[in-house]
Amino acid sequence: MGVGIEVSNLNAWYGTNHTLQDINLNIPANHATALIGPSGCGKSTFVRCLNRMHETNPIARVTGTVRIGDLDIYKDIKPVAIRRRVGMVFQRPNPFPTMSIYDNVAAGLKLNGYSNRHALDEIVERSLKNSALWDEVKDDLKKKSGASLSGGQQQRLCIARALAVDPEVLLMDEPASALDPVSTSKIEDLIFQLKSQYTIVIVTHNMQQAARVAEKTGFFLNGRMVEFDSTHKIFTNPSDKRTEDYITGRFG
Amino acid sequence: MTRIRFQQSLEDLKEQLLVMAGLAEQAIQRAIEAYRVRDLSICDLVTRSETAINRLERDIDQAALDLLAMEQPMAGDLRFILSVIKINADLERVGDSAKAISDRVRNMEQMAAADLPVDIPKMAALSAEMVRKCLQSFIEANAEMARSVLAMDDAVDAMNKAAYKALTKVMEEQSHLAPQALNALMISRALERVADHATNIAEDVIFWVQGADVRHHKSVTGGRDPNALAEKSSS
Repeated sequence: MGVGIEVSNLNAWYGTNHTLQDINLNIPANHATALIGPSGCGKSTFVRCLNRMHETNPIARVTGTVRIGDLDIYKDIKPVAIRRRVGMVFQRPNPFPTMSIYDNVAAGLKLNGYSNRHALDEIVERSLKNSALWDEVKDDLKKKSGASLSGGQQQRLCIARALAVDPEVLLMDEPASALDPVSTSKIEDLIFQLKSQYTIVIVTHNMQQAARVAEKTGFFLNGRMVEFDSTHKIFTNPSDKRTEDYITGRFG
Repeated sequence: MTRIRFQQSLEDLKEQLLVMAGLAEQAIQRAIEAYRVRDLSICDLVTRSETAINRLERDIDQAALDLLAMEQPMAGDLRFILSVIKINADLERVGDSAKAISDRVRNMEQMAAADLPVDIPKMAALSAEMVRKCLQSFIEANAEMARSVLAMDDAVDAMNKAAYKALTKVMEEQSHLAPQALNALMISRALERVADHATNIAEDVIFWVQGADVRHHKSVTGGRDPNALAEKSSS
């Protein structure tokens, strides 16, 4: 099951560039939360702070607190361990190109020392079913490589890979921006199904997508969280004029 | 500023609706004038403007539909387009009411004049004022002005009820005046409908400007103050 995320006084820098400023936010468990804002506003940096990927950049720095469930992820747990609990899917599908479909999904588990063949088979099947890809690939699991799939299938394969390690949170950074409308619909349907089991945070430039899949939406601008409210409120009657101006296309 | 073409399309839509509003307001003014001076040539003008209003109603709906489909508007823009669609329908019905009044005037022209216990000009002036004010609130995006229209509706309703009571009494007691009384009753009813449409338009202006839904406030809130309700919903 998913867990809630509490962010307090979060600040992030790339070198001297103060990319996130005093972010305070409670992301509810087992919901989809969308983050919107113009390019460079800090929303991707924000999600990368939720699994400590931000600090993989040598000039990056973070202060503040991020609690995922009961854990303060910057104090109580190592970065590698937190990334097992917080899966991430990126804009461009990035399957391991030479690995089979099966090995792509099992990669994270094997890295964590799983070797029980029977258990691996079960988890791979369950993950592919949860990512709505099983029916399309079940006959070619070990015959075809991840790179042989279509873009939309590759993205669902990456979601299966993220789900295989049984995370509590799933971060998605523009997961459908490189996909055609049919593949996009499948990803959105998937998000809708997955949020009963996982806490989902999705960065998107597609307002309609945010409106369709998320219960909560946050608007970022210039490194700050301008507004965080129910998606319905944000897209029909936002409180802040900057939110209104952005979502109606008056800037951004 | 981005989406310049979209912004221009919204301005164009507003312009179209204002043309529609001008025609509807003119139609009701003319129908009232036709009643006042019993001039059938003015009734002809009302009939002609109704045709123009009907054509414009379709054009505006099509333009609004195109913007919804092609631009996926959000927030204030979305509320604006939804309000335009609804205001458009109400304006068309104001045109219908003007036509209904002018039809009654034609009918009355064929009858002997009668002194009826109903002040149609006063009721017409109040209904026309509501139409003028709700349209001004749309032009100015002024929710406060729109709220003042809501408060006027009760007065027109009361006048219509009083007219019904007085005119049915005429029909009962002076049957030779029943045809004239019936025409006056139907004009009173048409004016009351005009006031209702003005109220709807005012509610749509409030929704567009503030995102507050103040419709059916009496039945939904048990008669509580719609202003307080709107403030609560926007806070």
